[in-house]
Amino acid sequence: MGKVMLEVKNLKTKYVTRQREDVFAVDGVSLKIEEGKSLGVAGESGCGKSTLALSLIGYYFPPLHYISGDIIIDGKNISGMKPDEVRKKVLGTEVAYIPQAAMNALNPTQKIIRFIEDVIHVHDPKATKKDIYDKAKERFAVLGLPEEVLQKHAVELSGGMKQRTVIAISTILSPKVLIADEPSSALDVTSQKMVIKMMRELMEKGFIRSMIFITHELPLLYNVTDDIMVMYAGQIVERGTAREMVFDPLHPYTKGLMGSIIVPEEGVRENKLVAIPGTPPNLKHPPKGCRFADRCKYASPTCTAMEVPNLEVPSKESDANREYRCLMSVRKIREVYENE
Amino acid sequence: MSEKRAQCLTGKGVTKVFGLGDKKTVAVDHVDFDFREGEIISIVGESGSGKTTLSKMLLGLISVSEGEVMFQGKPRDISTNQKKKEYWKGIQAIFQDPFSSYNTFNKIDSVLLDCINMRGGKSLPYDQKFEMMREACSFVNLEFKELTNKYPFELSGGQMQRLMIARIFLLKPKILLADEPTSMIDACSRATILDMLLKLRDEINMTIIFITHDIGLAYYISDSVYIMEHGKFVEHGKAEDVILHPKATYTQRLINDVPKIYEEWDLSTV
Amino acid sequence: MKNTLRQVFHSPKFVIGFVIFAALLLTTIIYPIIVTADPLEMVGNGNFFKPGTYVSVKDSVEGTRYTLNVDVKAGSLDSKISAEDKESMKEWLTKFGGVAEADINLEDTEGLIALWEANYSEDADQPGLTASRKKYFVRLNKNIDGVLLDSDVIIAQKDPETGELVESATIGSKEFVNTKDVANKKTFILGTDNFGRDVLTELVDATKTSLRVGLIAGIIATLIGLFLGLISGYMGGVVDDLIMFITNMFTVIPSFVLLILISYSVGQNARGVNLVGIIIGLTSWTWTTRSVRSQVISLRNRDHVNLSKLSGHSMMRIVLTDILPYLASYVVMAFILQISSGILSEAQLSMLGLGPSTSNAATLGLMMNWATAYAAPLNGSWWAYFPVVVTIALIAFSLNLMNTGLDQVFNPQLRD
Repeated sequence: MGKVMLEVKNLKTKYVTRQREDVFAVDGVSLKIEEGKSLGVAGESGCGKSTLALSLIGYYFPPLHYISGDIIIDGKNISGMKPDEVRKKVLGTEVAYIPQAAMNALNPTQKIIRFIEDVIHVHDPKATKKDIYDKAKERFAVLGLPEEVLQKHAVELSGGMKQRTVIAISTILSPKVLIADEPSSALDVTSQKMVIKMMRELMEKGFIRSMIFITHELPLLYNVTDDIMVMYAGQIVERGTAREMVFDPLHPYTKGLMGSIIVPEEGVRENKLVAIPGTPPNLKHPPKGCRFADRCKYASPTCTAMEVPNLEVPSKESDANREYRCLMSVRKIREVYENE
Repeated sequence: MSEKRAQCLTGKGVTKVFGLGDKKTVAVDHVDFDFREGEIISIVGESGSGKTTLSKMLLGLISVSEGEVMFQGKPRDISTNQKKKEYWKGIQAIFQDPFSSYNTFNKIDSVLLDCINMRGGKSLPYDQKFEMMREACSFVNLEFKELTNKYPFELSGGQMQRLMIARIFLLKPKILLADEPTSMIDACSRATILDMLLKLRDEINMTIIFITHDIGLAYYISDSVYIMEHGKFVEHGKAEDVILHPKATYTQRLINDVPKIYEEWDLSTV
Repeated sequence: MKNTLRQVFHSPKFVIGFVIFAALLLTTIIYPIIVTADPLEMVGNGNFFKPGTYVSVKDSVEGTRYTLNVDVKAGSLDSKISAEDKESMKEWLTKFGGVAEADINLEDTEGLIALWEANYSEDADQPGLTASRKKYFVRLNKNIDGVLLDSDVIIAQKDPETGELVESATIGSKEFVNTKDVANKKTFILGTDNFGRDVLTELVDATKTSLRVGLIAGIIATLIGLFLGLISGYMGGVVDDLIMFITNMFTVIPSFVLLILISYSVGQNARGVNLVGIIIGLTSWTWTTRSVRSQVISLRNRDHVNLSKLSGHSMMRIVLTDILPYLASYVVMAFILQISSGILSEAQLSMLGLGPSTSNAATLGLMMNWATAYAAPLNGSWWAYFPVVVTIALIAFSLNLMNTGLDQVFNPQLRD
């Protein structure tokens, strides 16, 4: 087992609405990522995956509030730090965060190299412009980005190039964890592929030591990350290797999600798409039992009566266990799915 | 098989030019198409390819700069408001964003009643109208009793989009133009919407023009596919032929760049 | 709708603005019911009477008199000479009167007055003093004059037959009357203005008139702006070009210059309150047009408008049901701002003497105009202009506050 880069223990965070109501968007999430591994987070909109990303970087601004739990990055607990402290000590060196609209965050009046200087100066105020330029040039070359980009303004770059540049800038200090929230969803397919390729390279060359990749596009996750975790109503419902999750899902919700995958490959037309009826529960008042119970066709009265824990079962493909949140045993699940 | 079906919407040299002189941009550049009755046709293109402009021209919402559109074998005439109204009885649309497709100040009932009025049912007794609305809602698995007197924004995105389909069910046009109807809603609701579109085709023999950027989706739902790049159709044909054995390099690239599940996704080609 | 209203009244900014505005509005409605006097009646003979209660001298003399053993001298000295006056006297005496600073004791008022009377002269050379400061010392001197005299006042009556003056009573300095015994009294809470009119009554009336001017201007500007904006934004093309050409023309010429020119050419006698409101409205619609137009353009491309077109609705119906409701909140906000700017424009015009004709009604601007024309700020008659300034500020403040509050409710991006 590799060194644990990121460990999250029972993290709970909430949003406070204008009506002063609490929305428990991340409700007891625990996870571990080892060095050199990547984890994909999937789920419907509103399941808490983007909130999880914001919570993990420790950047708490209203309406987002921290409730409890630990976030440990390479042995260092960052939960409870003040946002300013997080910005100085954590962002950039420990964690980097790339949201979907990252490419729009570049100030159009500045050249790209200025942003890199800014990032490096926060952690190393003495670095000279030349050193920074050399470092940036080298990193850009490795990642296949042209050097001229450094001297350009953001408006001169295309959307895909901008997004790749932002990723290169935010990982220039080789952070331990990269958290990417839908980094390629606003791009066309070719730019998306380039972004994905670059993120793979970042991992392979060791510029980032672990990665969390959040998206609602399952085929993408399948191709990018080692493990996939499915979130539903603020909780993890299943986690396993990418292959297991797509071809051998355990939790009924995961099964439903995988049934909605559409790819332009032979045989897809013959598979009937599966729809999950109903809507996710309101996170202002999360239900006591299994949160998926009212949409689940296998649900029994016990499902809603008690809190369902995350079960760990051995994985066929990896040393780590896979986990799922359902009262049915693995054998029962396989039997039920077989009979459909 | 498309040879046997009747012509529904065909076009020759359809072009749209925006602006004048130096600022002239050609959004749609001399496209020819032949959509047959009862088919699901996908128009696939990336953003900026002109697919939305083409769809607005097909709907008659913007004028055609050059070329001719034929509706059911006859040249389309939408020169007056009255003729436009007549044309729109034959072609209707579902748009991408369900949240902006509704007038938030009108109740759901009025959206549906409007459709009944448009089909000439204005003077029907309310009981009969109610029955029609109930039937339309049940077609899309919604319960009209729960929706009456509600506002559209009280529904989820998926429900709103289903209500849009209920609207189409009431209007029963010859052609439905669906402009990215699933791109703003969750994967789980997406299957429901696609199912309903298929049902519309199967039960009412509606021709559906499905506009999308998602080539996988186009492959899943359509009988024939048109691939659009920079305002031109680069390839068209039966869905299986185009998607599984693409001939145009653009189509090949498009398919290559989409993440795969069953085959290896080749990252080295970019 | 109900929900929106509830939200609006949950916005602290809106509520504060609304309360101030409602208070002003209610005052203009209720005050005239209680005080029925004509606001333009010239009560005082002379200008700028101080705020306070005025009692009839004849009634006081003829009424029952009471002798009280109180130190009246100190009282009258204190009321006539404030601590600030004493400082000024000291300053004058040391600078221009040639008195050594050590000789002056500010505690000893009587001594100070004696020194003053001995040394002050209106005609003395006073280098470095402004004209208003010189006038102030002259006024002060008049106030002090005779303050130290302590003789009884004799009241004499003319004998109807001989025509001689016959002493009928003497009034000692320690004799008092009870104000309740005085039959004729008049209170001017804010004094009187240059025409001797009660400022408070006039102010309330002026506020009402100004609000009317603002309302007329606001309604006209908003209606024109909304109408042109809707047409130009929705129809586009040539119509849009034409309307925007006219709008730009009006925007380029500063509306205030236009306002002055129109007001001037209409002529003093014809300019009633309503006409001034209309003139202001006709010159201030441009920005409403521009912003309504841009909003309509973005709404026009929304899918629900396209769907409405596909449902065969007429242009009129689409504009009224699919576009106008989305603009409603914005139009209300623009209307509020137009009222506020209408009131300010009226004040500006009136200050220049181009407001409504003076004899019929008072407006806030006219009151300011009169106060300046009769040099109220120079002779210290603050009550003639300061309450007016406060009222204008309160109206503009409350309306803008309401606007900001509404903006926060209707514009989710501005919410915290």
